[in-house]
Amino acid sequence: MRANTWSGRNKVEVRDVPDPKILNHRDAIVRITSTAICGSDLHLVDGYVPTMQDGDVLGHEFMGEVIEVGSGVPGDKLRVGDRVVVPFPIACGACAACAAELYSCCENTNPNAGIAEKMFGHPVAGIFGYSHLTGGFAGGQAQYARVPFADVGPLKIESELTDEQVLFLSDILPTGYMGAEMCDIQPSDVVAVWGAGPVGQFAMDSARVLGAAKVIAIDKEPYRLQMAEQAGHIPVNFDDVDVRSRLLELTGGRGPDKCIDAVGLEATHGSAHIAAYDRVKQAVRSETERPHALRQAILSCRSGGVVSVIGVYGGLLDKFPAGAWMNRSLTLRTGQCHVQRYMKPLLQRIERGELDPTRIITHTLPLDEAERGFDMFKNKQDNCEKVVLKP
Amino acid sequence: MDLTATTTVRKPASEVYAFWRDLENLPTFMAHLEEVRAAGDRTSHWSAAAPFGKDVEWDAEITEETPGERIAWRSTGDADVPNAGTVSFVPAPDGASTEVYVSLVYEIPGGSLGKAVAKYFGEEPHQQLDDDLRRFKQVLETGEVVRSDGAPWGKRARKEFPQRPAQPLSDAELAKGAQA
Ligand SMILES: NC(=O)c1ccc[n+]([C@@H]2O[C@H](COP(=O)([O-])OP(=O)(O)OC[C@H]3O[C@@H](n4cnc5c(N)ncnc54)[C@H](O)[C@@H]3O)[C@@H](O)[C@H]2O)c1
Ligand SMILES: [Zn+2]
Ligand SMILES: [Zn+2]
Repeated sequence: MRANTWSGRNKVEVRDVPDPKILNHRDAIVRITSTAICGSDLHLVDGYVPTMQDGDVLGHEFMGEVIEVGSGVPGDKLRVGDRVVVPFPIACGACAACAAELYSCCENTNPNAGIAEKMFGHPVAGIFGYSHLTGGFAGGQAQYARVPFADVGPLKIESELTDEQVLFLSDILPTGYMGAEMCDIQPSDVVAVWGAGPVGQFAMDSARVLGAAKVIAIDKEPYRLQMAEQAGHIPVNFDDVDVRSRLLELTGGRGPDKCIDAVGLEATHGSAHIAAYDRVKQAVRSETERPHALRQAILSCRSGGVVSVIGVYGGLLDKFPAGAWMNRSLTLRTGQCHVQRYMKPLLQRIERGELDPTRIITHTLPLDEAERGFDMFKNKQDNCEKVVLKP
Repeated sequence: MDLTATTTVRKPASEVYAFWRDLENLPTFMAHLEEVRAAGDRTSHWSAAAPFGKDVEWDAEITEETPGERIAWRSTGDADVPNAGTVSFVPAPDGASTEVYVSLVYEIPGGSLGKAVAKYFGEEPHQQLDDDLRRFKQVLETGEVVRSDGAPWGKRARKEFPQRPAQPLSDAELAKGAQA
């Protein structure tokens, strides 16, 4: 089959690889009809997540049709012919983490738990197409994928919704929603979201759906801010204004009640010398993150507020504003999304028309043009917000 | 060499105990074992897998068993690698899970066998036992050892990184299996 692979830092390549086969009894094989490129893929391609190998199949946002099921998948759970969206964390459904609905922390699905434990103190779940640290599972930017624990993760789509309407239930819609949910939003809350990428856009929409009084979008790409504005959010361009001052202006001097970091470890910074400091440290690997958005979110948040982090961090960061966090009673919440927890309720919100995930799709390309898709998405060319690939 | 490791399995102690007490189950998750055959009620015959040094076999006996709580065993006769172990099962505070405490003792011999065994355990000997217990937990909680494309061979996945790329296996690789 054709599959998009990691072939070294800053290089992806669509190649021919073997078709997947059942390896565990609870596997299914899915023929992929739609798949997407994510900001998390950029961290892999840019080389900030260790344990990638030449030939690793990328992609963790995909859906399609079940064409084979293992002998351990009960027929009432999944059958050949079912149309499914596959959540990006692989979860067993039986361990204590799964029982607590902490699916991205599943204790059983990462065969390389030993590596993850060394990096993170405790292991994390397996994830499709997302380094060997999270298991070494082939991803879904491909014609077919093997889906372990197919009786637990995949969400059956039985209505007439299009792929484009439901594809993002695999990751970014639940992720944005979890970012907002962790904020424990009250009707009087002003919510500020750093990053107007796909994840940020869905965090903003979710904050509105959860009842926020006002939602602010922070980014530097005018077209992404414009997209947020069209959806009813207030744009702040960090290239043009001082973010903290602007946020004070927009909130009567209080600062946002809740702040969401939807940027992660590759943030860019308006202030050249701080940006240079972090770039150098990141380059010599004495710091693995450039946490500008996170720092700014903590410093901007109202005392007693919540800073919710859905942007990805992988290792160690520097100059963490611990004083602001501690002295001003801030709550920091975070996590790789526990996608399985949100798929059904969010599907219902899509069916009811409360959320329209298609609004962020700017490009649809054949799988064979994945490399061009990555370039456009990474370099913000042609007003690219989200790329859907068709195998 | 003394090794200890622990894990928590989300099953009642009686079930976790019963799985271990059936010693023939041990090779499904312990990487250094090829086969364990029960001989009598308390006696068994064990054989090691290639990475531990080929053709290493020994007899063992259970020296203590308290159902649902504790099992102890040791090798008997003139075993090449004399060894003993105990495992205790303790109900976890959550009321649903069982804490499993394992302790193993190996008398590493001299010569080439001793070298093979030392090489198997490597610089972080407890890592092997940690991985054994992770698979033990997988088997009890999910039914089998979980495989990925990067680490497709279950307990035979000895090398952590680099591994084979995370892309599907070819028919030839699948046919060759862990030996590939
Ligand atoms: N927690 C999870 O489960 C999960 C799931 C999916 C994605 N993610 C992460 O979410 C993050 C965003 O993903 P995406 O797909 O939207 O990526 P993206 O790269 O398209 O979006 C990031 C946006 O942040 C903007 N940005 C950069 N520096 C900034 C700064 N200092 N302040 C404000 N904005 C800044 C960029 O211009 C860009 O528009 C990534 O880190 C991704 O890995 C997390
Ligand atoms: Zn993603
Ligand atoms: Zn689990």
